[in-house]
Amino acid sequence: MSGQEKLMKVKSACERGIWIALVCVATLSRFAAAQGGGELKFCLRMEPKTFDPLKVEDEASAAIRYLTGGTLVRVNRQTQELEPGLAQSWKISRDGRQITFHLRSGIAFSDGTPFSASDVAYTIQQLMDPALHSATGDAFRSGTGNVETKVISATQIAINFPSPVAGLDRLFDQVAILSEHSPRKEMAVLGAFMVADYKPGVTVLLKRNPNYWKTDEQGRKLPYLDSIRLDIQPNRDVEMLRFKRGELDLVNTLDSEYFDKLAATAPQLVHDAGPSLDSEQLWFNEVAKAPIPAYKKNWFRSANFRRAISEAINREDLSRVVYHGHAQPAVGPFSPANKFWFNSKLKPQTYSSDAALKALQGDGFRLENGVLKDKDGNEVVFSIITNAGSKPRERMAVLIQDDLQKIGIHVNVVTLDFPSLIERMTQSFDYEAIILGLTNVDLDPNGEMNVWLSSSENHQWNPQQKAPETAWEAEIDRQMRMQASATDPKRRKEAFDRVQEIVVEQEPFIFLINKNSLSAVSTAVHGAAPVILSPQTFWNAERLTVAAK
Amino acid sequence: MNLWRKLACVVLATVMCAAIAANWLAPAGYAKQYREATDAPPSHAHWLGTDEIGRDRFARVLYGTRISLLLAPAAALLSTLMAALIGGLAGYLGGIWARIAMAVTDLFLSLPWLFLLITARALMPLNVSPLFSVTVTFLLLGLLGWTTAARVLCTTAGAIRSADFVRQARALGISGRRLFWIQVMPNLKPVLYAQFWISIPVFILSEANLGILGLGVAEPLPSWGSLLKELESLVSVGEEPWKFVPLVLLVLVVMSFQLLLSAREEVAA
Repeated sequence: MSGQEKLMKVKSACERGIWIALVCVATLSRFAAAQGGGELKFCLRMEPKTFDPLKVEDEASAAIRYLTGGTLVRVNRQTQELEPGLAQSWKISRDGRQITFHLRSGIAFSDGTPFSASDVAYTIQQLMDPALHSATGDAFRSGTGNVETKVISATQIAINFPSPVAGLDRLFDQVAILSEHSPRKEMAVLGAFMVADYKPGVTVLLKRNPNYWKTDEQGRKLPYLDSIRLDIQPNRDVEMLRFKRGELDLVNTLDSEYFDKLAATAPQLVHDAGPSLDSEQLWFNEVAKAPIPAYKKNWFRSANFRRAISEAINREDLSRVVYHGHAQPAVGPFSPANKFWFNSKLKPQTYSSDAALKALQGDGFRLENGVLKDKDGNEVVFSIITNAGSKPRERMAVLIQDDLQKIGIHVNVVTLDFPSLIERMTQSFDYEAIILGLTNVDLDPNGEMNVWLSSSENHQWNPQQKAPETAWEAEIDRQMRMQASATDPKRRKEAFDRVQEIVVEQEPFIFLINKNSLSAVSTAVHGAAPVILSPQTFWNAERLTVAAK
Repeated sequence: MNLWRKLACVVLATVMCAAIAANWLAPAGYAKQYREATDAPPSHAHWLGTDEIGRDRFARVLYGTRISLLLAPAAALLSTLMAALIGGLAGYLGGIWARIAMAVTDLFLSLPWLFLLITARALMPLNVSPLFSVTVTFLLLGLLGWTTAARVLCTTAGAIRSADFVRQARALGISGRRLFWIQVMPNLKPVLYAQFWISIPVFILSEANLGILGLGVAEPLPSWGSLLKELESLVSVGEEPWKFVPLVLLVLVVMSFQLLLSAREEVAA
């Protein structure tokens, strides 16, 4: 081997060495990035009202509870399936009155206090205390009598309810376990993060919980992120501006206008996860004592009239024009996004102004010089109210106004401030039709008992009925109670499928659209997979990392 | 008449003619929805593009001009007259009358008008035509907008009352009523004109803001106020300059009126 060959060999060996070293450095830095996952920054749109997970009612507090609270079970926001959390397994008794949890051992709260079954018992006792007025606790109240807990061992607990609770195990997704013995009370947490700093009106800083129990598939401790900075910012324009400037890493929910603006300049940042659980609907006032003319009440209480109006509304245009295509024509009470509970036999109402007019003519209505009149000669004129400031609802109302004009119906669109609208809707009943939306965070139909039961305050088209005023409302009441008391998921599904069929037949709510779940995530965030369930973008916060900018 | 004033005349005449001829210039009307061409840029078919639900923006500007040019000056006139009567008279009479008038003005200024307007909306029936709704809105604005102007006029009238020429006129035996109409009111004119012109854009914008109470122009009727609301989303304005047209029109019209007014003042002087 010549000297030159030797030199070449040494040179090539050196080059190889440098390459191997570079690869090692890159791998190590990636590993380091995974371990020190950076700081995730996004906005809360209101001040969190509480850090006590049992008292949560607002969106901001719910986000903090989600990130800091340890729960026995967790609904996977992507698959919508229930997964083990602090409980390794659980069992519901045949009568639906008892649930037994088998807990993980060796877990500690963020302040080092050990976790055991007595903490679960303590949390349930606190949650069910009537003096606490917990909205989370209300979901567990199934009848008269107390909820009792029985600590079987340090890792096993049974909870007994006075009556069967439908969908019992899923309700524990909202129950963050408190420490019985920690002096830090609700600030000692079992979730991936803990509250490290709070500046009212400015920011909430969450830091990684050093005692978090979860590890990833490679056995590395979760969460990857070092911290999460939640800036309190009610102004959406400012939030968008800061996101565009790179000061924020994600925007959890976007409206279609912002989405399109962002998509035009940075399509890689926006995510459309498809139809959400939220719906927008129109309904007529069917309250017997409402201060509106009797002939109008007759129209509004006629299922044929409601169906004809529904048929005359072009839902495809509502989705395309108002939501820029980021919405789907609604089918019924539940969105197709609710994989288990949606009745897949139901199809969206087809649009046909001719068919609508024909149906109305069958009921004695007639079109004279472009004006629809009822059989007594009254012109079909009514007002639709909606809340001022909601551009999508105002635009939907104007589109519906135009659609109904085609069949001779004159609609006056009135926008009102929200308190006035609520007063008309719930107190004076002085309105004819309303466009509003339902924000649905619960997959289970039990969450909508207060809407569908005829005796309920939120049975908006005709609330607080002493006895169901129509046969179909009586049938809905029966089916809703059946699904609420049955423990067999199949029987519950059959009952709620029937409810959905009746609602689509009778159209007390004319469901218009289901909005898509829209969000924006910076490319610096790794591991994000936006979904339709709340919290859309940070549901897997423990597995997110943020690359240094 | 200088070039600027001639230009002001041309602007006003053009705007008014276009508003009057809206039916011919934009035959499709302000409510027709071209749903296949929403938020479109200017084109041969739609000179100023279309709005978010596909309505021709040019037609809406023309019809909106008609509404706003008729009703906002009417409301401004009403409020200025009320201010002149209350403020001018109080300032001229002085003493206890001025104190009472100013106390009433202060009371009006301190009233929570937002809640009173909400009550007014609650008392109005829901099934009213958009034109009725907008007329009521401007009427309310006219009835409520006199207070600030009244304070200014009271002070000015007070100063005129103690001016030498008024003292001289009084010494010559001219009656108080005649003195008010012949000596005081003409001298209040510049302030009145200024208040009138200031009020017009204020009322146009107030009408837009009152939409939140359901008191503004009801859909589908357009007004400058409702068209200016489009500018709320500032992010899009830089990219879509044609959306500025209602704002440019408002500025041009108010400026033109003021130029013509100053010309009249100079002639009078």
